[in-house]
Amino acid sequence: MKELRKIFMNGIIDENPTFRMVLGMCPTLAITTAVSNGIGMGLAVTFVLVFSNLVISLLRKAIPDQIRIPAFIVVIATFVTIVQLVVKAFVPALDAALGVFIPLIVVNCIIFGRAEAFAFKNKPIPAIVDGLGMGIGFTIAITLISAVRELFGAGTLLGVQVMPAGYLPMDLLVKPAGGFIVLGLLLALMNKLLPKKA
Amino acid sequence: MNQILTILIGSIFVNNFAMSRFYGICPFLGVSKKLDTAFGMGMAVTFVMAVASLVAYLVNAFLLVPFGLEYLQTIAFILVIAVLVQIVEMVLKKMAPSLYQALGVYLPLITTNCAVLGVAQLNVTEGYNLILSVINGAASALGFTLSICLFAGIRERLAVGNMPKWMEGFTGALITAGLMAVAFNGFNGLI
Repeated sequence: MKELRKIFMNGIIDENPTFRMVLGMCPTLAITTAVSNGIGMGLAVTFVLVFSNLVISLLRKAIPDQIRIPAFIVVIATFVTIVQLVVKAFVPALDAALGVFIPLIVVNCIIFGRAEAFAFKNKPIPAIVDGLGMGIGFTIAITLISAVRELFGAGTLLGVQVMPAGYLPMDLLVKPAGGFIVLGLLLALMNKLLPKKA
Repeated sequence: MNQILTILIGSIFVNNFAMSRFYGICPFLGVSKKLDTAFGMGMAVTFVMAVASLVAYLVNAFLLVPFGLEYLQTIAFILVIAVLVQIVEMVLKKMAPSLYQALGVYLPLITTNCAVLGVAQLNVTEGYNLILSVINGAASALGFTLSICLFAGIRERLAVGNMPKWMEGFTGALITAGLMAVAFNGFNGLI
């Protein structure tokens, strides 16, 4: 139990995919213009991570080493397609907002990295916990970035006006350039607040 | 003719893959410490993206759509790209060993470059025909090459400069990229 807790927290803090490993940057920068997008993308990635970790862990003895990369790709692409169809059917607004970045979860290096570094070497239960931890770590990070961008760039949070009426939104932050700058500054802040363990 | 020009300028400058669409950010940040490796990566991506646009179009138009299998697009495209990268690697090794040597480790890395899958998806969404798909693939990749080379040039300078402690590493790179994106923002409204 203690072991599982450690694996779970590892994904959220010590090896946070966004702030520590700096992986999966494309969706992190592209869709973080609104908090709802951040949460949606975070949950989609978490779902794919948990199930691809589970399946790859179950198949780890069946997949020959040489063809593991194509095998990972097929497993991951299957779950991404499920997410894609579910989102399209039930949350069309999110589908419109995330657009092509839902299919692009296939090539998200977080999922690939966890398959290769963890799921392929561990039993199913720890693999699920690892996927959950990494996914939640990613969701927290991406929601934080989108909260900063939406709050200062549009003056709203989840679409609700937060800033006083006289506030002039910093348009730049919801533009592409803002993504790079906000992420850079948050990264510096995280390095300051949570010093790396030696 | 007009449409081709619009796609060219649009994909290279206005909707630059790295600076405005955020495709291919991993190699953009990862392989941009030196100008010549950045250029090598750019060229490899250009080649693969042009061919991938062609093959993805064929697979989509003649395999997926006739059989009503559009929902398999993501799986089909990523498999096509993975196979394609393998073939390109083998062909280059046999036919152009010097180019193969120059590209080195960047070739296999391209499979997980989301720019390649991204452009295949984009061509379908935009409804481009065969020729326009290939042109869009090549032009987008050239735009990516342009921005990664500019970025690598800046980073080469910054590496010898005296950066504040908190700006070292990824932080500095991201803020540099942000300032570049502001400049690329200036192309908006060109088309």
